[in-house]
Amino acid sequence: MNKQYKLVRCTINGKERETMVDVRASLTDMLRNDFRLTSVKKGCEVGECGACNVLINGECFNSCIYLAAWADGKEILTLEGLEGPNGEISDIQQAFIDEAAVQCGFCTPGAIMSAVEILNEGRELSDEEIRIRMSGHLCRCTGYENIFRAVKKTMLKRLAAASGNRQGE
Amino acid sequence: MYAGKSVKRVDALDKVTGRTRYTDDLCDRSAYIARILHSTIANGRVVSIDTSEAEKVPGVVKILTCFDLKEKHYFPTAGHPWSTDPAHQDVADRLVLTERVRFYGDDIAAVVAEDEVAAAQALRLIHVEYEEYPFVLDVQKAMEDGAPLLHEEYPNNILKHTQIRNGDYEKAIQEPGLIRVEGWYETPVVQHCHIENFICYAEMEGDRIHVVSSTQIPHIVRRIVGQALGIEWGRVRVVKPYIGGGFGNKQDILYEPLCAWLCMQIGGHLVKLDVPREETFVCNRTRHSIRNHIISWVRPDGTYAARKLESFSDQGAYASHGHSICAKGAGAFPQLYPCDNVEVDAYTVFTNKPVAGAMRGYGIPQAMWAVESHTEDVAAAIGADPLEFRRRNLMPVGYKDDFSKNENYSDSFNQCLDKAMKAIDYERKVKEYEHQTGDVRRGIGMAVFWYNTAVWPISLESSSCRMVLNQDGSFQLQIGETEIGQGADTAFAQMAADVVGVPMEKVHVVSCQDTDVTPFGTSAYASRQTYVAGFSIRQTGLLLKERILDYAHLLTRMPVFNLDIEDGNIVRTTDGRKLMTLAELATEALYSLTDSRHITAESTYQIKSNAYSFGCTIAEVEVDIPMCKARLLNVVNCHDAGKLINPALAEAQVHGGMSMGIGFGLTEKLIFDEKTGRPLNNNLLDYKLSTFLDHPRLMAEFVENPEPTSAFGTKSLGEPPACSVAPAIRNAIFHATGVAVNNAPADAHNLFRAFTEAGLIHDER
Repeated sequence: MNKQYKLVRCTINGKERETMVDVRASLTDMLRNDFRLTSVKKGCEVGECGACNVLINGECFNSCIYLAAWADGKEILTLEGLEGPNGEISDIQQAFIDEAAVQCGFCTPGAIMSAVEILNEGRELSDEEIRIRMSGHLCRCTGYENIFRAVKKTMLKRLAAASGNRQGE
Repeated sequence: MYAGKSVKRVDALDKVTGRTRYTDDLCDRSAYIARILHSTIANGRVVSIDTSEAEKVPGVVKILTCFDLKEKHYFPTAGHPWSTDPAHQDVADRLVLTERVRFYGDDIAAVVAEDEVAAAQALRLIHVEYEEYPFVLDVQKAMEDGAPLLHEEYPNNILKHTQIRNGDYEKAIQEPGLIRVEGWYETPVVQHCHIENFICYAEMEGDRIHVVSSTQIPHIVRRIVGQALGIEWGRVRVVKPYIGGGFGNKQDILYEPLCAWLCMQIGGHLVKLDVPREETFVCNRTRHSIRNHIISWVRPDGTYAARKLESFSDQGAYASHGHSICAKGAGAFPQLYPCDNVEVDAYTVFTNKPVAGAMRGYGIPQAMWAVESHTEDVAAAIGADPLEFRRRNLMPVGYKDDFSKNENYSDSFNQCLDKAMKAIDYERKVKEYEHQTGDVRRGIGMAVFWYNTAVWPISLESSSCRMVLNQDGSFQLQIGETEIGQGADTAFAQMAADVVGVPMEKVHVVSCQDTDVTPFGTSAYASRQTYVAGFSIRQTGLLLKERILDYAHLLTRMPVFNLDIEDGNIVRTTDGRKLMTLAELATEALYSLTDSRHITAESTYQIKSNAYSFGCTIAEVEVDIPMCKARLLNVVNCHDAGKLINPALAEAQVHGGMSMGIGFGLTEKLIFDEKTGRPLNNNLLDYKLSTFLDHPRLMAEFVENPEPTSAFGTKSLGEPPACSVAPAIRNAIFHATGVAVNNAPADAHNLFRAFTEAGLIHDER
């Protein structure tokens, strides 16, 4: 069987990239193998656990069931892309540290990416909505409790900051 | 002081930025990929394997089958310390590949290929011919005469049977006026479901084999890879990087021996063996399903006259941790509610199911499911309040176990119950939910547990520690106990900083373990890390401090007894003056032209004590009877784990254990096809692990009675949170409906059966 390849041009963490991918490869494979973005974790490879979640054009996907070939022309954000040029971390990453939401750390990158998607909407979600939106992530260490706290606290902080800015205008 | 403070995890920044390297992240991309061919029958023998088609797949490097195994080195897999006494060694019943298959999923051949696709394609093209034998899946049917025998050496498939006989049960039950309460309580096969599947890779370095593995127990992996390959143990080097959870599955030797063997069969080339999720469920380890039968003879005044327990533990196809698990649960029975006349018979039995091994709680969650469900039944049978009945019969203060020398020093049970009751508003709810009718009812229930800390006096208990001083006054901390996600490295750094007298950022914990470098230790199991490491950290820290102060005496001419280290400075205690920084001392010590020293300390502490850890769960549920659905509304755990080194991480640890307990009580079970023995739900979609939506807010409370035997006042906390949650849920359902659900989990299938039997619903098929 002859392998088929496709050229993928996309933006990864703000940088324009291109690579030839096996048409059967998943986006997880491409990000981990071609770009060594190893925050993208493999926990099931069939879209059950959420460890591989990344943002594609701002929307969160299981990268393990997203073909690499589909990434052509897309803007992809992985956990590595949240860091500032001098290693500054984002508010949600800090919240995961502060709330002890990290244990073994294997589900952490994917969970943070789903949180980023939620937080970027800039609106207040109910507790139930947060739980539903985060429910694609399986975690065996935390019981989800501190992950929930980290997401909620960051959401409320951002909303308070945004309303403070509006009042200042 | 850092002990007792909720400092941030030392590895948190790396973990939230994705910088932490796990096994797959470290493996060079030149690695060949290994995949395993598993048997598709539950019992029998491989007659032949035809690999000719598979070998034609481009990219296949080599296919090895059970018939290629020329030297048969049987090895044990349990992550226990080795015993030099043959009578106490673990059962060596595994081979890297086997002709004689004993469960659906046994390992019969392996493909080594240049990439995943070629390996997967080749696997599908291998043709296997079997001679099939009858198989048995039920633990008690496996004990019957004439049942299919898994291992010739174990008649009636009984791996081990142990007994406890206290007092005289038969005589005691003759006492007039006793009330007899009997019940059968069963837990299902469940799996650890750490999010990182098991993975390892191996390559040759000279004549040595270098294995990197996602394991909890690198030094034990080293020994067993040596045993499985029949080579000297010093020729094996095992590295354990960060791991994505273990929960006991990785306290077993999984595929390190096979990966190492494959590597050696192809000339030492790098080989990676990454186990898919579906195989992790079946071909790693599971939690023993245990069927418990309890008979209690109770006096009308609510005291026990005599008690009897029979435990039937389903080992699956190979011995792994074997009888240790069932024995631990059975051993808890006479201690939790002491009674003068007790009979216990515990059996561990082979069946044609996946291999059961260690899993968080090590037999105690199964035992507590039975014992605490039964306690509720006894209270109901004699018309007693379940809370008061427990308070009356629980292990009293001052109770001492003759074997472990463990002692109940404080009134922990009552303190934990009181605190948990307050947190969940028990008194109000228990009254409010009395005498409910209707389809949807609420209930509140409780369960308690005790747990040991470490394994002394059953087997070796030692901890080794090394501290290496750097020029800047910081030091590396190396220790045989492993970080597996629980936060051990952070607790170790806190303890070490306190003992030596330096700021915590001056302690560099070497997290990645390498058996060539790391001091010997048998590592992460038995909820022992903080307890056992505490001894060697304190001992080694004092040794390091002695050497530092000895050098400080040279430099300052002050007597050692007037010197101390505080916050990274050498201080004269008589007036509190800072004489020099530890950095100045360390630099001078290394580069001195008159007296150069590399200041280090290393020591081993052999621990000859153990400790009881206590706690309870109270759960509140809402049961929809026609829907056969129980929903958890509120849940609280309260623990006495001694002094907490890091309260925030302790709380997080409790959340995780509670989550596992909720799954155990409500949703999780691995099921098997009765006709073939094939697992039916070995994936994360069909196996119902709790999600974000299945939990209420998890409440974790603590009572901190310092453990007097401990170097830092601590005792076990890793496993305890998973021990009492499921029976508390069961007892809440009982409170709501009056129906005893004795088979875990309380999912729709089991509730339907229980509610139908109780006449609450009618099967109209």
